[in-house]
Amino acid sequence: MSVLNLAQDFLVAAQPATQPAAPVADTISTGEAVAFWILGPLSLLGALGMLFARNAVHSALWLVLTMLSLGVIYMVQQAPFLGFVQIIVYTGAIMMLFLFVLMLVGRDSSDSIVEVLRGQRLAAAVLGVGFAGLVVGSLAQAFTRVDSVGLTAVNSSGGGNVANIGAALFTKYLFVFELTSALLITAAVGAMVLAYSDRHGKGLKKTQRELVEERFKGDRPGSLPGPGVFATANSVATPALLPDGSVAQESLSALIEATTKEHLADDVADVSGTGHRADARALTGSAPKEGTE
Amino acid sequence: MTTAELLADDPIWLILIKVVGIFAFLVVMTLFMINWERKVVARMQQRPGPNRVGPNGWLQSLADGLKLAFKEDIRPVLADKWVFFLAPVISCIPAFVAFSVIPIGGEVSIFGERTALQLVDLPVGVLVVLACSSVGVYGIVLSGWASGSPYPLLGALRSAAQVISYEIAMGLSIVGVVMFSHSMSTSDIVKAQGNLWFVVLLFPSFAIYVISMVGETNRAPFDLPEAESELVGGFHTEYSSLKFALFFLAEYVNMVTVSALASTLFLGGYQTPFGLGSLWSGFDNGWFGLVWFVAKTLFFLFVFIWLRGTLPRMRYDQFMRLGWKVLVPISLVWIVAVALVRALNNSGEFSQQQFLIILGVVLGVLVLLSLLLPDRKVEEDPNAVPITGGGFPVPPLDLEVPKAPTRRTPVVANLPKEPVAVTASKEASDGDV
Repeated sequence: MSVLNLAQDFLVAAQPATQPAAPVADTISTGEAVAFWILGPLSLLGALGMLFARNAVHSALWLVLTMLSLGVIYMVQQAPFLGFVQIIVYTGAIMMLFLFVLMLVGRDSSDSIVEVLRGQRLAAAVLGVGFAGLVVGSLAQAFTRVDSVGLTAVNSSGGGNVANIGAALFTKYLFVFELTSALLITAAVGAMVLAYSDRHGKGLKKTQRELVEERFKGDRPGSLPGPGVFATANSVATPALLPDGSVAQESLSALIEATTKEHLADDVADVSGTGHRADARALTGSAPKEGTE
Repeated sequence: MTTAELLADDPIWLILIKVVGIFAFLVVMTLFMINWERKVVARMQQRPGPNRVGPNGWLQSLADGLKLAFKEDIRPVLADKWVFFLAPVISCIPAFVAFSVIPIGGEVSIFGERTALQLVDLPVGVLVVLACSSVGVYGIVLSGWASGSPYPLLGALRSAAQVISYEIAMGLSIVGVVMFSHSMSTSDIVKAQGNLWFVVLLFPSFAIYVISMVGETNRAPFDLPEAESELVGGFHTEYSSLKFALFFLAEYVNMVTVSALASTLFLGGYQTPFGLGSLWSGFDNGWFGLVWFVAKTLFFLFVFIWLRGTLPRMRYDQFMRLGWKVLVPISLVWIVAVALVRALNNSGEFSQQQFLIILGVVLGVLVLLSLLLPDRKVEEDPNAVPITGGGFPVPPLDLEVPKAPTRRTPVVANLPKEPVAVTASKEASDGDV
């Protein structure tokens, strides 16, 4: 255990030395006040910007500003671990997922104004007012009845900020912690069940291996003939020629309308008229016309 | 006296010197790294590499950087004006900030002031680097979105998924180190490696960190967000001039930062390597620590170049599978093992010899059990047709070899008389079809 004690001493000593050694509880240093008056309005600006931005991605960015400001406020208030975790988890992971989804949705999509859930607005209003009441009530409680003691005492005893958070999380609040993780796992599993698609079902994606096997069982294991690019010309519309000199029908793209193809209309008609079968193993094209022999 | 106490009474001019020093170090490292990379990759490919500008070509990247600054700054019509401007800045600033917690040398005296060669020492120093990299990726993602064109957007989506996945593996690999050093402060982690570097003690963590640091910095073979063979330039396709230069700078500074963190976490940071300190005590001087630190960082940077010169780019799904199904589970199992060993060690119930014997027995039993596992049965498909012989495609037995055509000339008899180039003449049609 001596190693652990040593580490605890390390952690205690490594606390930010800007804090006075034994401050009176509930004092706010000048630096903290300055930081608050800069970061507070910034986070408020971010929150308002999130509400009023037209673009969904801009909204998300304003929210990122709010979260970053909150993270820095935590750090200023002697909770460096919480501050950085706020930045890593909320701005780093959660907001990034938000952005991910928003970008997939597309920049020009707008909200649908058709109300699909009946009574949605009423329910939202009731719940919103109720939530606001809860927040105001608990805030009022916190301002009036709870005496703030500051974190200095906790941070300077028993291994410092990080160790104390760990100890509290895994002893006093263990049940709540596990309950939260169970909730998150349930949500993740639920999302996977909803989003999971069976690959072997009808009309779904085949694996690469299945595709390869299918191709080898079919009558064309190789790829389709490429166009005759660089053989005679550098246009993709140039048809490929088979060993006997006729046009390989599969090399002509239906999408590319080109003069080359029109010039070869006779040939093409000839080939399609005989119902050219592309048997790559036989290496034969259609029989050449008698007239040209 | 701990590093944090040492740093706490730094006067303001010393802090400014350190800030400027770190900035200059990172920028110079970037310029050096670009050149070094080109030269090393060239050497690997048997060619000379840049050798025109400056002595031996070492000023090539400086010239390139100056040229980049004078290029026209283009903003696409569809781009989102503010976000397009903000993205390179966002990707650049955290890259520099992250370096502030790295201890680049030991205790020294600058103009009579005792201090450590480190800008700040936070009790959660390692988390600062993680937080900075997670903010830095916003630059990449936003640049892709704000460009308003599909390739950058695809690059941005890849980057978002990639960095989130690999940051988990990276964070888990750091947990082992924190368990042994009892601290998240970078300077304490370096001090905890006085006797034995963590690369020996925690080799799996080290391997996972090195793999995930390559994924985190979008470097080959994990450079999917800017895969030039698929996405043109990925997220920075639409960027030019100084904005592009900022992305370039951010990428290289990030490489230096993760390499520096790797040497801090696993190679003992500024500590003297290989017991050289016992030969001459001057090696343990704080300023000499700077040399060791830079040498270790350069080693990791060389690994970056080496990987780029060696490995082909991974496919995206393989890359994600590697992250989630290999690196993360291995880290989790490894962390549990480390925690178990430490708990047993701390409880003092077993001596080291007993512990090693138990470990050996457990491993032996696991190996024996794995021998007992039956082989997986290969399912025989009764309808299967042998499509290949010996694993390779072979021509069928009934192969019809065509008769040689009587004339090798193309079928042109029915064509119109105008000068058609394609089938008749071999040369004339260049460019006009």
